[in-house]
Amino acid sequence: MTATTHNDADHADDHHDHGPELTGIKRWLFTTNHKDIGTMYLIFSLVMLFVGGAMALVIRTELGQPGMQFVQPDFYNQMVTMHALIMIFGAVMPAFVGLANWMIPLMVGAPDMALPRMNNWSFWILPVAFGILLATLFVPGGAPAGGWTMYPPLVLQTGDAFPMLIFAVHLMGISSIMGAINIIVTILNMRAPGMTLLKMPLFVWTWLITAYLLIAVMPVLAGAVTMLLTDQFFGTSFFRAAGGGDPVMFQHIFWFFGHPEVYIMILPAFGIISEIIPTFSRKPLFGYTSMVYATASIAFLSFIVWAHHMFTAGMPLTGQLFFMFTTMLIAVPTGVKVFNWAATMWKGAMTFETPMLFAVAFLFLFTIGGFSGLMLAIVPADFQYHDSYFVVAHFHYVLVPGAIFAIIAGVYYWLPKWTGHMYNETLGKAHFWLTTIFVNLTFFPMHFLGLAGMPRRIPDYSTQFADFNLVATVGAFGFGLSQLLFVWIIVQCARGGKKATAEVWENPVGLEWTVPSPAPHHTFDEPPVVK
Amino acid sequence: MTRRIAAALIALLPTGAAHADWELNMREGVTAISREVYGLHMLIFWVCCAIAVFVFGWMIVALVLHRKSRGVEAAQFSHSTKAEIIWTLIPAVILVAMAVPAAKTMIAIEDDRNPDLTIKATAYQWKWQYEYLDEGVSFYSTLARTSNDARRTGSGIDPESVENYLLEVDNHVVVPVNAKVRVLLTSNDVLHAWWMPDFAIKKDAIPGYINQVWFRAEEPGIYRGQCAELCGQDHGFMPIVVEVLEQDAYDARLAAMKAEFGTDTPRLANND
Repeated sequence: MTATTHNDADHADDHHDHGPELTGIKRWLFTTNHKDIGTMYLIFSLVMLFVGGAMALVIRTELGQPGMQFVQPDFYNQMVTMHALIMIFGAVMPAFVGLANWMIPLMVGAPDMALPRMNNWSFWILPVAFGILLATLFVPGGAPAGGWTMYPPLVLQTGDAFPMLIFAVHLMGISSIMGAINIIVTILNMRAPGMTLLKMPLFVWTWLITAYLLIAVMPVLAGAVTMLLTDQFFGTSFFRAAGGGDPVMFQHIFWFFGHPEVYIMILPAFGIISEIIPTFSRKPLFGYTSMVYATASIAFLSFIVWAHHMFTAGMPLTGQLFFMFTTMLIAVPTGVKVFNWAATMWKGAMTFETPMLFAVAFLFLFTIGGFSGLMLAIVPADFQYHDSYFVVAHFHYVLVPGAIFAIIAGVYYWLPKWTGHMYNETLGKAHFWLTTIFVNLTFFPMHFLGLAGMPRRIPDYSTQFADFNLVATVGAFGFGLSQLLFVWIIVQCARGGKKATAEVWENPVGLEWTVPSPAPHHTFDEPPVVK
Repeated sequence: MTRRIAAALIALLPTGAAHADWELNMREGVTAISREVYGLHMLIFWVCCAIAVFVFGWMIVALVLHRKSRGVEAAQFSHSTKAEIIWTLIPAVILVAMAVPAAKTMIAIEDDRNPDLTIKATAYQWKWQYEYLDEGVSFYSTLARTSNDARRTGSGIDPESVENYLLEVDNHVVVPVNAKVRVLLTSNDVLHAWWMPDFAIKKDAIPGYINQVWFRAEEPGIYRGQCAELCGQDHGFMPIVVEVLEQDAYDARLAAMKAEFGTDTPRLANND
């Protein structure tokens, strides 16, 4: 894919490069600028990463040794529940939306997102949603403690936090749907002349598909939690067995949302990795078209595998076999992606700046998460793995060194474009090695704990699990502290440093590298032409 | 008392693995099904290892050889239909090869015909109630007092000093060896799950539903499991203990249990 602009890149915005019209807090409250909104999304998700991370450290502190040392079991359950909700809806998803806001208009040559006012709204709903969610920690009965999956009947035992939880989930859903609509409309309508669908960068492709997933499943989640609300307050019995309802139906509805949600959190990561690896391999992405088809296949399959989250709930043999086969099938397109990335690196001329380091670690560690996912698909074995620490290890491998590593890689990759400065490469590499060592120290032992028989979501455990739990706790503190270095690197880079060129890296492909660094407040007032 | 000592001795013999620290792998368990499940687990594990050697090996070779610092020139190829077809088809074949034995085991697991003994397990927050449906025996099974005292936040009791910490109950489920035991699962309040790793059984206990599982334990011994579905504050404190006895020992125990628990309405155990 070759891209050129009408104007010489360095002069593209000379005529009317005005900054934001408003200053101070008003600039951020009322902004309709995709770059400002993207920045706010990213800062918000970073803050939430630390809030959710602090909760994870409460969990790991209590699990450091057998016996209850620090918290009550109910508070432990609140931490487990809130950690998941905040990390999924507050850290990972907004980070991807932030990257989409910043990069999609720059990548497709659009002046802004298609619906800038809605863009502002979809961001500003989030602090409200998470304000409500975090406030539940201080209401009678405490925060939700029934797990992020909100399974009834347990979730109906939540105290005053219950309606707040439902309302917060609704707000997050509204925000996500608006963000998704915006992304789809932008991609489908505002691409630069000549940029056909199959010339779009992979990050744009993966986000287009992700946005459709969001629109398809967030309303399902909204429906499920609304039924919980009416069961609790309006006398319905959707999920109440005593009234003729069905608690398992909630699980089906929830996971019909929940499994596509898993891919909502990984497909944009695939997109980021597909941008970074070619740049630092100095070689075009291998199998671009098959990457697009593989992403679409994964998205389609995500709708027909949901019951693999509930094999132990009991279902007919044919149902179990169906969901086992479809789940195993996902390994095929995912495998294609991994092979394509490997083939991209093959015979390249690689250098290992921080974004590439995180991307390579993603390849290895996400694949480990994929292997444990394949193991979990085998239903008879799943009866042993299910709801054990093996599952905890699995989904943390795909979410932390998977999704979060991709986000961090993307931040390092585009940070010079955003700030106009190079980050400190030495510190970046130190951040990478600390993070990678500690993430494995934290999560790898959890495989062993699960296989040895430790259930998940327990605040205390039998003494035979003590050793690996201590290792995981040490790893978790190391991992958490290492992220402070990440914040410092970002702050340092925002404040100053070596000037970044427009291209930043060596001959990267994509329209975002044709605008100056930092990207001016308004870009592509004149659409570039893509050949 | 003698019963307790005998039980403790039996516990030491066959299932010492339950107490091994730094345990890395799944237990094989003591039923034909659990061994089959273990076999599947190891099979898929080795398949994953083989794929890992190939994929990671390929990437590592690239990372070592194809780096700019070695002065290489980047090739510019960007697709190969042949390669794409190969690495779509080979994984698909591997998956089919995995799916066949897994489906066979599934079918064996679902064959719940002709049980020798049926026990209904009802889950409560936070204990289990067991009913021997044909024997008129019914009792509750709750966390042992020793563990329960030690697990209070700030109890000051060292869990290491408690035998079978969090994995001991007041009343064991007792079953005969080599008998096909069917367990019917339901719940009186929220979701719970009955997990017995040595039998490769995990199934949810759901209000309004009766789920069923079965096992045929082939070695006498005491086997320990836990609730595996988040069920509220004491989710971590409602273990499951199944004691597998030789037939005559089982008959004697059943008679004793009938004397102790043989009422139509189950009563709460006095937790001693």
